[in-house]
Amino acid sequence: MAGQHEANDPAAASGWLDHPPRMGFLTDTSLCIGCKACEVACKQWNSVPEDGLSMLGSSYDNTGGLGASTWRHVAFIEQTVPAPDPGGGADGLRWLMSSDVCKHCTHAGCLDVCPTGALFRTEFGTVVVQQDICNGCGYCVPACPFGVIDRREEDGRAWKCTLCYDRLQHDQTPACAQVCPTQSIQFGPLDELRERAADRVEELHERGEAGARLYGADPGDGVGGAGAFFLLLDEPEVYGLPPDPVVPTRDVVALWRQTAGAALMFAASAVVAFAGRRR
Amino acid sequence: MTEPAQHRPPERQRRRRRSDPNAVVPDAEFTSYYGRPIVKASPWKADIPAYFFLGGLAAGSSAFAAGAAVTGRPALRRLSRLSALGAISASAFALIHDLGRPERFYMMLRVAKPTSPMSMGTWLVTAYAPCAGLAAAGEFASVLPLPDPMKRLLASLANPAGWAAAALAPALATYTGVLLADTATPTWKEAGGTITAAFAAGALASGAGMGLFAPLEESGPARRLAIASTAGEVGAVFRMEKAAGLAGETFTDGRAGKFGRAAEVLLVSGGILAAVTRRTRIGSAIAGTALMAGACCERFAIFEAGQASARDPKYTVVPQRERMNQRERLTDAERPAQ
Repeated sequence: MAGQHEANDPAAASGWLDHPPRMGFLTDTSLCIGCKACEVACKQWNSVPEDGLSMLGSSYDNTGGLGASTWRHVAFIEQTVPAPDPGGGADGLRWLMSSDVCKHCTHAGCLDVCPTGALFRTEFGTVVVQQDICNGCGYCVPACPFGVIDRREEDGRAWKCTLCYDRLQHDQTPACAQVCPTQSIQFGPLDELRERAADRVEELHERGEAGARLYGADPGDGVGGAGAFFLLLDEPEVYGLPPDPVVPTRDVVALWRQTAGAALMFAASAVVAFAGRRR
Repeated sequence: MTEPAQHRPPERQRRRRRSDPNAVVPDAEFTSYYGRPIVKASPWKADIPAYFFLGGLAAGSSAFAAGAAVTGRPALRRLSRLSALGAISASAFALIHDLGRPERFYMMLRVAKPTSPMSMGTWLVTAYAPCAGLAAAGEFASVLPLPDPMKRLLASLANPAGWAAAALAPALATYTGVLLADTATPTWKEAGGTITAAFAAGALASGAGMGLFAPLEESGPARRLAIASTAGEVGAVFRMEKAAGLAGETFTDGRAGKFGRAAEVLLVSGGILAAVTRRTRIGSAIAGTALMAGACCERFAIFEAGQASARDPKYTVVPQRERMNQRERLTDAERPAQ
């Protein structure tokens, strides 16, 4: 199922014959300054409605997480760093900031389970909801191993990042990457981004940033690699990301097989019940 | 203050720990982002577990109607066919009612996707419902305000339609288990195929429960199946809770736990009552009601357990970390061979 070809070229696997290279995001969190310009630019360009104005008590993050009306979310993590010399000086503080977004998975759970075909694979290899088709069944919501897509209750339909499909069709950069002042959000052909990210991790390791790692860059992972992947400085769950996400539909063949067994039991039980005595 | 993301166990867990001083299993340690959920709980409301129950009742009833037709039990057959039609209609209503855009229900019919159990289920219901409808209509053809040839046609279609409905019933009873297992919701995902077994047994228990309303001389198969499917359901639920691993505790906590305990009491008492009420129709009807209520509560328990597991990042992070550690151990074990 997870053939190498499909892993590298989900657009072709979905039937696009002649298509542009797979496009994606590299979110390099080592460059993020937590300005939230990406959140704002995304809301403005995509006309995403306001979804709550509350103080969450979680550092500078009052957005909370991705949702139907939040397609970029900047996480703020404050970590204590022990003083280098145990004798002198107070412990230090380290900021981790990261702009989360839909991963545009190679094997996308939301797309696989969508019963209307509203979710589809674009020619850029991204995953987009067709809003004129979605009937709000909500199945994509629990099917996403990252908890990205959600139903907008006042609207009834499912919404998420489109990787600015409209801008891509006009050779423009998605709004969040366009506005990012530090190039923490980088947009481009996925192959190039993966190479650049590998170099960057090496560079950070040389500088002594031992925690630097890529997340979602491996085509061999549980979702076949993400179209939007990350350079993180700590474990994924620190940022609210699942450490080992797996697309639920990976097991669907085995599930249907087990179900055939249960269905047989159902039929056999009914037959036996009637095969018995007259009363 | 600057210590982020360390998980605080919810109040409920701490309380239980205090009440059990001998507990040796510590709370799983894990990191999260301010304790916020990672995966999202489904936006589904009570419509969805109700739809599971009603679909199961329809499937169980169609199986009973077919058995009754073969073995010459007209009252059981009539009751079951009517129950199948009523249940599948209510089930379809619940499914459509839960949509964010109910008026767009027909969008489900523009694709057929084996990776989407909901798509498969929609087609299954679309094929099944007319069969259940024709089978039920045939039972009452003689009293319908129709010309005689139409009445004869309906009556002659009842049995073939009934067979078709019964042939689809096993799939109808079980596909909803795949629908839940095919998600990233920890409890449903980990329980996997064991949910379908619980759903199959529950569907039989519901169908048997309805069958117990039939006259005593015809309800023998319902009685036998009531007892067997109760045992099957209790066993399947036990297996399901085991299979869910760490997330299995969501079956016993909170709302899911309440529904689960109610289901157990109702199913077991329904099964026992079915065994001892061979001579009273009222007693049988009470047993049947208990069985249907139990099967319904079990659906709500499974639904609520999954919802709770999605809301707590523990059930997403800990099993995934364990899986990663296991993979690492395997790789380490291979290394010395070099």
